[in-house]
Amino acid sequence: MAAVSLVNINIAKKSFPAVSQASEHIAIADFKLTIRSNEFVCLVGPSGCGKTTLLNIIAGLDQDFDGQIVVGPSGTQPKIGYVFQNPRLLPWRTVRQNVELVLERDQNAELIDYLLKVMQLTQFQHVYPERLSLGMSRRVALIRAFAVNPDLLLMDEPFVSLDAPTARQVRESLLVLWQERPHTVLFVTHDLREAIALADRLVFLSAAPMGFVTEITVPIARDDRNNEQAIEAFRQQLLNDYPAIKQLL
Amino acid sequence: MKIPKQFLSLLSLLALLLIWQGLAAYLNSHTLPTPLLVAQVFWQACLTGQLPYHLGVTLLRLVMSFSIAMLLGCALGIALGRQKQLDAFFDNWLVVFLNVPALVTIILCYVWFGLVESSAILAVVVNKLPNVIVTIREGTRALDQDLMDMAKSYRLSKRKVLFEVILPQLHPFIMGATRTGLALIWKIILVVELLGRSNGMGYQLHLFFQMFDVASILAYTLAFVGVIQLIELLILKPLDQRALGWRR
Repeated sequence: MAAVSLVNINIAKKSFPAVSQASEHIAIADFKLTIRSNEFVCLVGPSGCGKTTLLNIIAGLDQDFDGQIVVGPSGTQPKIGYVFQNPRLLPWRTVRQNVELVLERDQNAELIDYLLKVMQLTQFQHVYPERLSLGMSRRVALIRAFAVNPDLLLMDEPFVSLDAPTARQVRESLLVLWQERPHTVLFVTHDLREAIALADRLVFLSAAPMGFVTEITVPIARDDRNNEQAIEAFRQQLLNDYPAIKQLL
Repeated sequence: MKIPKQFLSLLSLLALLLIWQGLAAYLNSHTLPTPLLVAQVFWQACLTGQLPYHLGVTLLRLVMSFSIAMLLGCALGIALGRQKQLDAFFDNWLVVFLNVPALVTIILCYVWFGLVESSAILAVVVNKLPNVIVTIREGTRALDQDLMDMAKSYRLSKRKVLFEVILPQLHPFIMGATRTGLALIWKIILVVELLGRSNGMGYQLHLFFQMFDVASILAYTLAFVGVIQLIELLILKPLDQRALGWRR
């Protein structure tokens, strides 16, 4: 499972070709990052800086770039769970069927039951996505990503546009799951508080072309991540110590 | 006051019959028989087994050519919708085949391949195929790329992508092609039968035309329209309801 997983990202250049009026757009330039297995890394950067592009490259959706991505030991086919910015559920499949879709035939029914319970969706498992609120749909997308027991979990601002209490609740469920069954997580956000509450390590990114600015290990104990004062205090300290970060938020 | 929908449609059918009856009684002509006479002819043709036989032959041709055209059309439509280069190459072919008159393909098929069953089926398929391809191609172009990316990132098998992600999105286009296809195909089949077969509805209608037997022509037509309505009611509508149950 996830124990051997390790991600090596080395992108020399990723660009989008010129289209009519727009000239060539260099999205990522000279970006290197290594993620240890079972590490929770948050990528923090301004919107439009190329974070989604990076995740798409890692997920194998975009193969048009100069560089190399290695996930896990060579020769293995790593399992990736991807939580997109929008939930991307199939509207013609119920909540449970949407989760079952990404699993092999000998699917783990107990795991799905358990994930539904943690995300408080058990009673909605046979409902079609159109009847769900956005917060619920996002939780289904999380369940789907966890259900494949991924070596690497990619999350692209999965809580954006949720109201604060809902986002907090889903975030806590995510941490519960992650601590029970550790995965390597690459989590994209532009919300520094959210990043501090979740991550082992914060990686700050510059605006396009996206590049590495600095990285910071979050020293707050896992038990203390619900403590908003501790998070706020660390955030203030960060902003004081690294004034450059302010421009990235 | 609100009148129930079923009652209204029944009423409109009755009105049509009444108008027909009135007109036929007023004209009192051999060329416009009354509904009652048509019903009698229909019943007689059923008893002799003539109508069921020819109707069955035509329906068999319909099912065969329709199935081939739909299966082939869906496969080619999806391929052209997904592969830009393939589409650029074959687009001209499509335009040509879309615009060749049905009569021309029928005649050419009979001339080239003989007056046999397979050339009759081929003629119908060639007429219908470009329509299906174009409809399905448009549907494939409109596929939700977000969902396709989701399927790719979770490494869904090709079978799952086709049956669980692509085909449900194409459902409205497939049903559209099916409905217009049925309507188009059965009209073409009659011409195909009239020109080169010795059984089927088209052949019979041609016979009745030569004998000026309008009552039989109307009886056969009504039987066929009825069968097509039954297909809509018993097969297509339930398919729609089953596939679209997830909609609010």
